[in-house]
Amino acid sequence: MLLIKNGRVLDPAGKTDAALDVLLDGEKIAKVGGNLSAPDAEIFDAKGLVVAPGFIDIHCHLREPGQEISETIETGTRAASRGGFTAVCCMPNTQPVNDNASITRGIVERAAAGAAVRVWPIGAASLGSKGEALAEIAAMKQAGIVAVSDDGKPVANARLMRQVMDYCNPLGLPVIDHCEDSSLFAGGVMREGPASARLGLKGIPAQSESICVGRDVEMALLTGARLHIAHMSAAKSLEYVRAAKRAGLRVTCEVTPHHFTLTDEDVRYDTRFKMNPPLASRADRNALIDGLADGSVDAIATDHAPHHAASKDVEFDRAPFGITGFETALALGLTELVHTKKLSLMRLVELFTTGPARVLGIERKIAAGQPADLTIFSTDREWTFRASDSASKSKNTPFDGRAFRGAPVATIVAGRVAFRQQS
Amino acid sequence: MQRLQHILGIEPLSTEQITFILDQAKPFQEFQRYPLKKLATLRGKTVAIAFFESSTRTRISFTTAAMRLGADTMNLQAESSSLKKGESLIDTVRTLEAMRPDGIVIRHAASGAPEFVAERLGIPVFNAGDGWHEHPTQGLLDALTIRDKKGSLGGWNITIVGDILHSRVARSDIHLLTKFGSRITVCGPAMWVPRELETLAPNVRRVLRMDEALEGADAIIVLRVQTERLHEPAMAPEEYILQYQLTPERLRLAKPDAILLHPGPMIRGLEIDPAVADGPQSCVLEQVTNGLAVRMALLYHLIGGAPADAPHPAKERSNAAD
Repeated sequence: MLLIKNGRVLDPAGKTDAALDVLLDGEKIAKVGGNLSAPDAEIFDAKGLVVAPGFIDIHCHLREPGQEISETIETGTRAASRGGFTAVCCMPNTQPVNDNASITRGIVERAAAGAAVRVWPIGAASLGSKGEALAEIAAMKQAGIVAVSDDGKPVANARLMRQVMDYCNPLGLPVIDHCEDSSLFAGGVMREGPASARLGLKGIPAQSESICVGRDVEMALLTGARLHIAHMSAAKSLEYVRAAKRAGLRVTCEVTPHHFTLTDEDVRYDTRFKMNPPLASRADRNALIDGLADGSVDAIATDHAPHHAASKDVEFDRAPFGITGFETALALGLTELVHTKKLSLMRLVELFTTGPARVLGIERKIAAGQPADLTIFSTDREWTFRASDSASKSKNTPFDGRAFRGAPVATIVAGRVAFRQQS
Repeated sequence: MQRLQHILGIEPLSTEQITFILDQAKPFQEFQRYPLKKLATLRGKTVAIAFFESSTRTRISFTTAAMRLGADTMNLQAESSSLKKGESLIDTVRTLEAMRPDGIVIRHAASGAPEFVAERLGIPVFNAGDGWHEHPTQGLLDALTIRDKKGSLGGWNITIVGDILHSRVARSDIHLLTKFGSRITVCGPAMWVPRELETLAPNVRRVLRMDEALEGADAIIVLRVQTERLHEPAMAPEEYILQYQLTPERLRLAKPDAILLHPGPMIRGLEIDPAVADGPQSCVLEQVTNGLAVRMALLYHLIGGAPADAPHPAKERSNAAD
């Protein structure tokens, strides 16, 4: 038994914000209340700390199987635990692609053997994510997938997207799309705008994303499916999602910490600033923050995309897209959104907990009988992130050396302390 | 004045630095007419010339500039190198560095490649053109040409015609000439002249009609139409000729004393009418000579390491190697 005492319990599910103790018994929460005592329990003193439901990252890349040189389930989930995440959803663009039940089972087994946090795989929407034929979605669902996506690329063909949505609907699986029009994307490496013109780098217009979001919303209208837009970066995309929500469609979306923090003006000839979707204009970034604040955006997701050093130590044009993100996500949220008064602390916690849970169609709250998954963090601790200290195998992050206010302190998964900051 | 360590682009340079380079290039212009074109200034120094993209003019110009200063050169051509075997840029450059050159001239198809190299090597890096980003020595030689012909760099109306989006020459020219207070008009097919170009520097305007762009111009810089780009999107050369070829009739819309520049290689009959290319207003051959002078000035200062007020080598006959 573990008794978390003197903490500030912040639970978006019941809009709870109170000084409460939480008693964990095995893998479940046993009791929540004021001044709890349990003589046999180990005590965790959470004085001055926030006790929140366990954070969920609905978008990451753990690179296993196939690209273990960049990350493994073990190293990736260790980094996730240091970021406060108790569960992570790993995208299927592994080698081979997670498009069948045996790969899914392999991931689940590897996670059971060595993961620091819960791993909830996402299955491919199409075989090999090639956009031609349906993947073995029902079999993967039995093996443990929580959603489908061809992330890394869009489901380019509208007819196939319709079929994926129709097929996933009775299975209760959300369809996550990486929205991009390949004819507009056309080999670009950053957002099209004044910065790309100055740097002489090939630009990708924001419409590459928003056109695809618009199409997907149309498909969601046609099928009634649960559609989730991955790593949304453009104001126009957000408008489509808002319109869909107003129309009562089951459409959700996520925004990454780097898209609410940085803009295309930050891009230099440094491949740690190369990701897809690329960093957006200031106006788009500000619109995303508005969406995070007003509820139009459902979740913050990291799109943690590790790449080993050699693959990123090349010319900007040649580098792969993507940056790591687990260990800086919460700190960026606190520093960039909460301390700047753009979001309430409750809203930020919602974006890491009940928000992503709703996308997946599950519950997440601090109450007796619930899984003992908790994220304990400080809103004020000042620290500097060093990529070299990261638990991830890869260090490709533009936030190396950045100073933060607020940090994860402990991550509890199924009643077990997966991470605890040494003070 | 901040001493230059590398020449990666015009954008970060001050007008003082640019003026210094152009002033230092002046005696080297004269020098090209000497019967014995060799100095001992950089004797014993080696300049690596690394071209990861095909080029004839710039490579020969840099090689000749280095040789006339007395330096030796080592050449790396992408076609004949191990790049085709998958070696990374950083490994290729590190290998070159291990042969201990005193400077490296680099041309690369990726914007930012010279900066990437400069951050990792301890020797001066000369950008001989990177992707769509900058071609600083071309910007400097264009500036020297304009300054010689017009007397100064400030206050002129300068029109650049062609594929501006994909042109590193245009970016270097725009940064350089606007720093001195000239006004730039960029003109070409709309997809090659995006609106964002107006944010590159103050006093840049985008005009899509050729006649309007040429009106009142003091200098016209015609860019080469990269035929490999005509497919992006597919566009018939005849369309380009109809709308944007610089013809004698169109040239008359500019000021009577307007000068014409072209970075070469020129495609006569496509972006430019042969009568204009060879006409009295054309400065294309001066540009070639000025390219040598500017590159000699840069190699001399960045590799030679002479103080800014040292006697100019081209003025010291005793410096001649033989």
